[in-house]
Amino acid sequence: MSNIQDIVGDLDALTDDNADQYLTFILAGEEYAIDILRVQEIKGWDKVTTLPRTPDYLQGVINLRGTIVPIIDLRKRFNMPTIVYGPTTVVIVLKVLGEEHDRIMGIIVDGVSDVHNLKHESIKPAPEIKGSIDSRFVSGLTTIDNKMVVVMDIDTLLNSSDLSVEDNVA
Amino acid sequence: MSKSILAVDDSTSMRQMVAFTLKGAGYQVVEAADGQQALDIAKTRGFDMVLSDVNMPIMDGIELIKNLRTLPAYKFTPILMLTTEAGTEKKMEGKSAGATGWIVKPFNPDQLLKTVKRVLG
Amino acid sequence: MTIDLSQFKQTFIEESDEGLDVLESGLLALDSGSADDEVIHAVFRAAHSIKGGAGTFGLNEIAGFTHVMETLLDEMRDGRRAISKQGINILLNSVDVLRELMDAARDDVPPEMSRANEVKGQLDALLANSEDDQTQKTEEPESPAGDQTDSEDSFSEKFSEQFSQQKGWLIRFHPHQHMLRTGNDTVRMFKELASLGDMENTADISQLPEFSLIDPELSYLSWEIILKNNETQGVIEKTVIEEIFEWVDDDCDLSIEPLISPSNEESSADIVAEVSVSPSIDTIAEVTPADTIETTNNVTPIASPPEEKTTQKKKKSSTEGGSIRVGTDKVDSLINMVGELVITQSMLSQMGDEFSMDKLEDLREGLAQLERNTRELQESVMRIRMLPISFSFQRFPRLVHDLSQKMDKKIELKMTGEQTELDKTVMEKIGDPLVHLVRNSLDHGIESPEVRVAAGKSEVGTINLNAYHQGGFIIIEIIDDGAGLPKDKLLAKAIEKGLVSPNDNLPDEKIYDLIFHPGFSTAEQVTDVSGRGVGMDVVRKNIKELGGNVDVTTEQGKGTKFTIRLPLTLAILDGQLIRVGSETYIIPLVSIIESLEIQTENVNSIAGTTEVYKMRDEYIPLVRLYEVFDVQPETTRLQDCLLVVVEGDGGKAGILVDDLLSQQQVVIKSLETNYKRLEGISGATILGDGTVALILDVSGLLSLAKKIEPVKSYANG
Repeated sequence: MSNIQDIVGDLDALTDDNADQYLTFILAGEEYAIDILRVQEIKGWDKVTTLPRTPDYLQGVINLRGTIVPIIDLRKRFNMPTIVYGPTTVVIVLKVLGEEHDRIMGIIVDGVSDVHNLKHESIKPAPEIKGSIDSRFVSGLTTIDNKMVVVMDIDTLLNSSDLSVEDNVA
Repeated sequence: MSKSILAVDDSTSMRQMVAFTLKGAGYQVVEAADGQQALDIAKTRGFDMVLSDVNMPIMDGIELIKNLRTLPAYKFTPILMLTTEAGTEKKMEGKSAGATGWIVKPFNPDQLLKTVKRVLG
Repeated sequence: MTIDLSQFKQTFIEESDEGLDVLESGLLALDSGSADDEVIHAVFRAAHSIKGGAGTFGLNEIAGFTHVMETLLDEMRDGRRAISKQGINILLNSVDVLRELMDAARDDVPPEMSRANEVKGQLDALLANSEDDQTQKTEEPESPAGDQTDSEDSFSEKFSEQFSQQKGWLIRFHPHQHMLRTGNDTVRMFKELASLGDMENTADISQLPEFSLIDPELSYLSWEIILKNNETQGVIEKTVIEEIFEWVDDDCDLSIEPLISPSNEESSADIVAEVSVSPSIDTIAEVTPADTIETTNNVTPIASPPEEKTTQKKKKSSTEGGSIRVGTDKVDSLINMVGELVITQSMLSQMGDEFSMDKLEDLREGLAQLERNTRELQESVMRIRMLPISFSFQRFPRLVHDLSQKMDKKIELKMTGEQTELDKTVMEKIGDPLVHLVRNSLDHGIESPEVRVAAGKSEVGTINLNAYHQGGFIIIEIIDDGAGLPKDKLLAKAIEKGLVSPNDNLPDEKIYDLIFHPGFSTAEQVTDVSGRGVGMDVVRKNIKELGGNVDVTTEQGKGTKFTIRLPLTLAILDGQLIRVGSETYIIPLVSIIESLEIQTENVNSIAGTTEVYKMRDEYIPLVRLYEVFDVQPETTRLQDCLLVVVEGDGGKAGILVDDLLSQQQVVIKSLETNYKRLEGISGATILGDGTVALILDVSGLLSLAKKIEPVKSYANG
């Protein structure tokens, strides 16, 4: 958002009921967007405490000001090649809306890129996607700067029963 | 200076309702949970009016009124009983103890305000 | 101004819960004859308050129902009605009904009235069936706030219609001398009258004594007031005038007559001073009654009401999240602790500003003080969650009362240590197991009066409920002086069920402990009191889940004693930190029997898979934690490991760890808040360095270990 034009555009969108702000992040070279209202904070990668007998993408738990917060490695979650966590690796702490109660969870991504205003109509339904990301976790596709961006449905992603341990580990 | 009222009731909800209603109408309200508490407070300062429940533990409303009337500052202060006793018996007991009048429970905030305004102007 | 009453409704329901408890325990005390006068007053007051509040907050079903109870209680209070067993039982049922009605009100759903109507019928029948010839009390119809004056209004409408020709009213008002002493002010009444129409007021001062004899606290005057309808305000209704004089009805002579002919206006012969009412703006708020004599010539129309504030803050009265009432002493002690903490903090920061090595000792001392402050503060905060066990005990008098009637047994319940405190969460979870144990004592423990008398005992059985603190635990005892557990029968049944072999020579305590075995019920006949089969095993399971235990001791013919031991709180525990590889775990100290270095010659394997360790005269299974949790250990060589011997639900076991670290109190955090429950893990905590450590659930871990296919690697050879 370096030039005036962009900022003015953003301001327009801010006052637009028909648009929401999204945070985009990078994962294996692709850009993904999530509703910024769900983002609690963004923090650097830090050591986690592993939980026994949980799926490998559940990296572990961290202490977030007294609360125990589980951390999901999105690359592992989507069966992408893993990388060594580096200085740009960040944890996005999200509020996940659940049926019984809301939860705080973190996702590990390669890096955070930007904040965009997206008009509702600019988000198109995604076709059945072949590939690593289950279409259940995609709420739509949009285009930012001529690049396709996947808008992620974090509630489905982080509530999905795959997170259950016993189901996965024999 | 807005007028001050001492509201006495052992029921928290009742007291809150009375206090909320009167405060909303611009009165100052001090709350007490029984007659003894009310009397202790009354000894430290004057009020323009006392609103008291009748049935209370420790010291009931009738006893409170009798005691208040012995205090020089409360000789003529309007004291209204909040009473559920529909019969005249309690009202008369209160009157002979020195009560100014009564408001019959159940009452709604409007009825309460109307009566209080009548007395305090 | 409309005020939303619903904001007070929740408070009302909460206080009514307490009121109902008072009612219930009072009624039970009356029933057992242990009540004094204050009890019946308290009981009456509770019903009375519920009725008043219910009416005010629009809970008309509750108000109507309580009204009948109140009438009955009033008669009992005044001694007009004897306190009968039947009466008490109906009133107790009424309490139950009210609880249901309150629940409906809490959830804002229409109440289910069938039970209420049934019990109300019983109350009515009891009331109608007066023992003496009492005159039926005149009952004013109960009506919800607001339409109270409806009937009167319609009546007075007709009345005023009839007099629509009239011009106004002639009021003769002669206060008795003492009227002012009730705080009723004639000026105020005149102001009100003046606000209704055009008023002319004539005072009769003929009764006024000589000035020196005047007692300013007495009223000597009488008045004749002419109140005329005017065009703007229309016809004045008599009831409105009566209302103004309502409170002084007995303190004055009053007549209110319609003003019909003009001649009436001059009817009074002894006019001394004529006063006309002027719409002066002067207010007379400062007028004291003693000034009354002068003020008769300066009566203003009603003063404007105090400014109405439009900014009413709406308090959110939702208590859904569960609230705790905290005694002020606890808050005070908390404030004191924080005060000390602040002092320590400022001392330390001062030291930090100009630190030199010679102050090292002071620093150490300061840090020690900080640690002490922190611990005390933590204890104080924990104390806030602590409630007296009376919250849990209070239901038992009623339970015992009802059940003993049902079973034709005579039972006295004695409780001690009701003020013993424990954590709110523990309290909530111990409720059901306690009920089960008490029911069990009633049902199986205490014998029928005939059996007791035949056995040379008092026909009244006793159940004692005791609570006291012991270390970091609360002990709850349920003791009955009943028949005791039938040892032979228990043993026979256990053999029959194949739980023990006839050749086992079980010590007595093991036999009695069988009652906690799943599916073990000895009741000769299944009663609806303690139910079938399900029971003691569930009780023990629930108590163990709370980190406690339950034991039984008994003596045939003398009675049975259940002892429950519970941690005071679920929020903190004393833990042993252990290390496996790079992971730190916490084992609750209460689960640990001992820790030892492994003597490899004591390790054996059964059928080549399960490793056991011979410890004195028993063999305990070994649990390789790194295998169960799939982490990388520092070593798999047994002789390099330490063994922590623990005891859980499934018995004893030895957990292999790399190292024992410190022991410390840890604050328990739930994994379920943001994730889910994990088998073998009871929660997590945050260590001093800010990292998270998992707390082991020993029972869960042992059952998990059994499920896991051991990967055999006999590193020791």
